[in-house]
This record gives sequence, structure tokens and C-alpha cells, in this order.
Amino acid sequence: MFPTPIERTSRSWQITYQTLLPLALILWLLPLIAVAIFSVKPDSDFSNANYWGWPSSFEGFTNYALVFTGSDMPQYLLNSFKITIPTVIGAVALSCMTGFALGIYKFKANIWIFFMFVAGNFVPFQILMVPVRDLTLQMGLYNTITGLVLFHIAFQTGFCTLFMRNFIRALPFELIEAARVEGVSEWRIFWYVVLPLMKPAIAALSVLIFTFIWNDYFWAVVLTQGVESQPVTAGITSFNAQYRAAYHLMSAGSIVAALPPVAMFFLMQRHFIAGLTLGAVK
Amino acid sequence: MAQASVTETRQSSWWHRNQQQLTPWLFLAPGILFFLFYVIFPIFQSFNLSLYEWDGLGQAEFVGLYNYEELYWDDAFYTSLKNNVIWLLLYLLAIPAGLFIALFLNQTVTGIRLYKSLFFFPFVISQVVVGLVFTWFYDPTFGILNVLLGAVGLPPLNVLGDENWVTVGIIVAGLWPQTAYCMILYLTGLNAVDPEQIEAGRLDGAKGWRMLWYIIVPQLRPATFIAFVVTIIGALRSFDLISIMTNGGPFGASRVLSFYMFEVALSEYGFRMGYGAAIAVVLFLIMLAFIAYFLWSMYKEEKAR
Repeated sequence: MFPTPIERTSRSWQITYQTLLPLALILWLLPLIAVAIFSVKPDSDFSNANYWGWPSSFEGFTNYALVFTGSDMPQYLLNSFKITIPTVIGAVALSCMTGFALGIYKFKANIWIFFMFVAGNFVPFQILMVPVRDLTLQMGLYNTITGLVLFHIAFQTGFCTLFMRNFIRALPFELIEAARVEGVSEWRIFWYVVLPLMKPAIAALSVLIFTFIWNDYFWAVVLTQGVESQPVTAGITSFNAQYRAAYHLMSAGSIVAALPPVAMFFLMQRHFIAGLTLGAVK
Repeated sequence: MAQASVTETRQSSWWHRNQQQLTPWLFLAPGILFFLFYVIFPIFQSFNLSLYEWDGLGQAEFVGLYNYEELYWDDAFYTSLKNNVIWLLLYLLAIPAGLFIALFLNQTVTGIRLYKSLFFFPFVISQVVVGLVFTWFYDPTFGILNVLLGAVGLPPLNVLGDENWVTVGIIVAGLWPQTAYCMILYLTGLNAVDPEQIEAGRLDGAKGWRMLWYIIVPQLRPATFIAFVVTIIGALRSFDLISIMTNGGPFGASRVLSFYMFEVALSEYGFRMGYGAAIAVVLFLIMLAFIAYFLWSMYKEEKAR
């Protein structure tokens, strides 16, 4: 193991390390800690220029209650879920199929189709912006959740295919050969042999895509406007306009907006990290 | 009746014979169609559109390469381009920073798992929130940055209002989540480093930096490659932070190509879709150089297998 395990080093370095660890963490998360403290401060602290001091009173409940009752925040949150969940299902379903096709079968165009998905996944959003917005307008889906979801599914299929294909490549191919010898049809091989083995990949991709889509801001601004369809990332800007300079409410709003992916991360941590680091080890 | 069942058997046997050739295409069809429709075709449409002057509503007028000529004389374009280069260079600092934190955290003391997840935290949060938090951090009236600067006797600095500092200020905000990402890649990589090689290195008297450089870093190659890919793509995609923190200002000093394109095509400054598409094409070509390199590396690896 590198660096040298701490239990094999000198006593003084062990103590230094143990004290350095929490200090480094606090420093690293300082911006977030500040926002968390902001969000429980009373209004008066900001007018009295008590920005970085201890809250003069704990107003956490009032502030967070106001976020949910005094603004469109609940609607934005609901929209975010309505956008994120169908996208996750759609992109994962499509890429299970494409990943299976590219991972199992050998045919000439295989690598080129795979590269099309990979390259498409890397293109700058701006090269798609005008045509996709126009397309969505023409289909009558501008400013609808459906319009946003359809695009997200299509775009995420690129990354998901890369992921699924590499995962399937690593599965033992003998299983499929054996099933073929038994005369199992290709469709049944997918459903009964490969798909059950893909569960960890499906879990990892689901959390990743959930986070990516929840945090999307660009496409939300390009394809939607207004409370009825905008997700919380875009909604937070109008929320901030509504509560200009009310830092305690803006902080509480930001924390509410950031919470679902954070919860997802902590609940599904193992899958999340396995997903992000696929390919980081050979 | 008999006739029908004969054709049916013939059909099913035809399917049976060609099953292995046809199945991949059936599985690929929905994904490919979706992707072509929403990703691949729009790229070509943008190329085409960059030859037109179009406000997004009326008739598009063919202007040939005029948009590119205008781009050539456009100062804002060069500012954006310059900022893109700064983004690319400074963003790469996330890689050594991530490696450094990963080395710091690669221990087995109690609670280290929780530490690792908390260090990774910034990556999970939306860039919109990160941008907001850093805007307050830099705020000239109450931001903690100026409190700190004052404490060491330096004059206050309005980072986001200063043309020379604004891009660096935004990049620092972007480095925060990006470093977390690189850290997690390296933590996974460090887990897989061969302990025998380390022991062999120790016997040969290698330690500290030499050990890191000659024995550890080469083994982290796959992690480094992914870190490079995601960092470069992330740098060229930067949009959210700029939009939230400065909206391109002051006086357009923090624009990058992706933001400038949006500003030209879809904001109160006008709806010049053709001009916007031309900017997007330039950005795309820059990205294409990297994409081609990434694909080339992947291709070599596929061949080697």
C-alpha cells in the first residue's frame, strides 16, 4: 500500500495525521458549511452584518418552511423528479439493449457504432443547441417535461452505451456460448442470461444518470421556461430573484435543491463510485 | 391452411438461420435511431446553419461564410477563446490535486470511509449551487475571501468584478468538484496498485517522491487517462458556473465559447442562430481534436486485446 500505512509510521506522525484529517475536511467543505449555517440564521443577522458569526438564534425551521410554502420550490422539485426518473429508466433501458448488441456480437460495423456513441457523448452541448431547440419547438414539445426527457434519454444513451458495453465485455462469454449450444434463442439469452448479470451495472448507471440529470442546468434553460416545466436547477435562479439578498432563504433553497442527489449518493455510494470509476483499474 | 403453416415454418427457419446476424441490429435500432435523431443529425444541421443568417422565426437567409468572417473580426470571440485556453490549462490542476488528496486519504484509520465520501461531496452537488456558494465566498461586501485577505494585511479584492481575476475565480470554483472527481478515480486506482512492486521498490531503497513517480504513477495510468478525459471535456463544457456567477461579465471578460454562443443565439442580446452556430462549430472542432485522440487511444487498446 502506498503511502506507507499509518500504523507502521512513527507515533508523532500518527497523531499529526489524525488531527490533520478533520482539519482538512473542514477546510475542504468550508463553503458548504457556510451555506448550512447561513440557512439557519435569522434575517436580522444579515442586516446586522453578522455574516460569518454564530447564528444569533436558530431559525432553521422557519427558513426551510418558508422555502416550501412561500415559493414555487415544491413545484420545481416535483418537475425535477418528473424529468429525472423517466430519463433514468429510458436511458438505462435503451443502453441495456445497445450494450448487449455491441458487447456480445461480432460484426463489422460494431466498433464504428460504438465509437459513434462515445464521440456523440463528448460533443459540446452548443453544437446541438439550436437544432434540438428547433426540433423540440416543431414537435410542439418546447417548454414541456416530455421534450426535455426525450432529449436527455437520447443524449445519455451515448454514455450509458459506453458503460454497458464495457461491462458486458467483461462478463464470461462461455455462459452465452453454453446457452447457444443448448438452443436458447438470442432474445432469451438477453433476458435470462445477460440481464440478471447486469444488475450491478444497472444500479450504478441509475444513480449516475440520476445525478447528472438532476444537476443539468443548460438544457433546462434551453428547452423550458416557467414554473410548469423547469427543474429545480433553473428554478433556483428565479427563487433567488424573488428573495434577492435574503441569504438565509437562498441558502435554504440551495440546500433543498442539492439534497436529492446527495441522498442518492449516500444511499447508493458503492454503486455510484463503481460507476464513476469504471475503467480506472485494469 | 396447410400452405400457411408451410410458409410459417419457412419463415421461422429463415429467422432461425439468420438470428445471430439480425439480433444485434434489432437491439441497436431504438438506441441508434434516438441518438441519430437528437445528437448526430443536429451536429450536421449546426454546420449547415452556420452558413445562414436566421433569427429563429422568420426565413433563413444564406450568407455563405459571412458568419465566420464576422467571427474573425469579433473581439468578444477572441476573449472567449483565450478564456477557453485558460480554463483548459488551469482545470488540469484538478488531476495532481486529486492525486494529492487521494494519497492523503489512502489509509485505513477508523472512519476513513466517511472521510472519503465527504471529500467527494462537492462533485454530487449541482454546479448551480457551487456557483452560488462561491459567489458569496468572493462577495466584496461580506465575502470570507476579503476577510481572510484583510487578516493577512492584503487589500480587498472584488474577484468577480475584476476583469483580470474573474476567469480564475470561476475556475477555482470549478476545480472544487473536479478535484473531488479526480480524487475518487485515483483512490480506486491506488487500491489496485500491486503491493509486491511497492515492496520490491522499498527493498531497492525507493521512497517518497521517487517511489510515487517511478512505481505508483505508472500503475495509475488508466485512472490518469480517465481523469484527463473528464477534465478536458469538463473544461470545454463550462457554462453553468459562468452563467450563475457572472453571466459573462464584467463587460464580457469571463465569457467562454460555450457561453458566448448561448448569449448570441438565445438571450436578450439577440437571436442570431446562424452566428451562434458558427461559434458552436469552432468549439466543436476544438473538442473534435480531443475526441479523436480519445477514440484513437481506445481503438489501440481494443486492438491490443
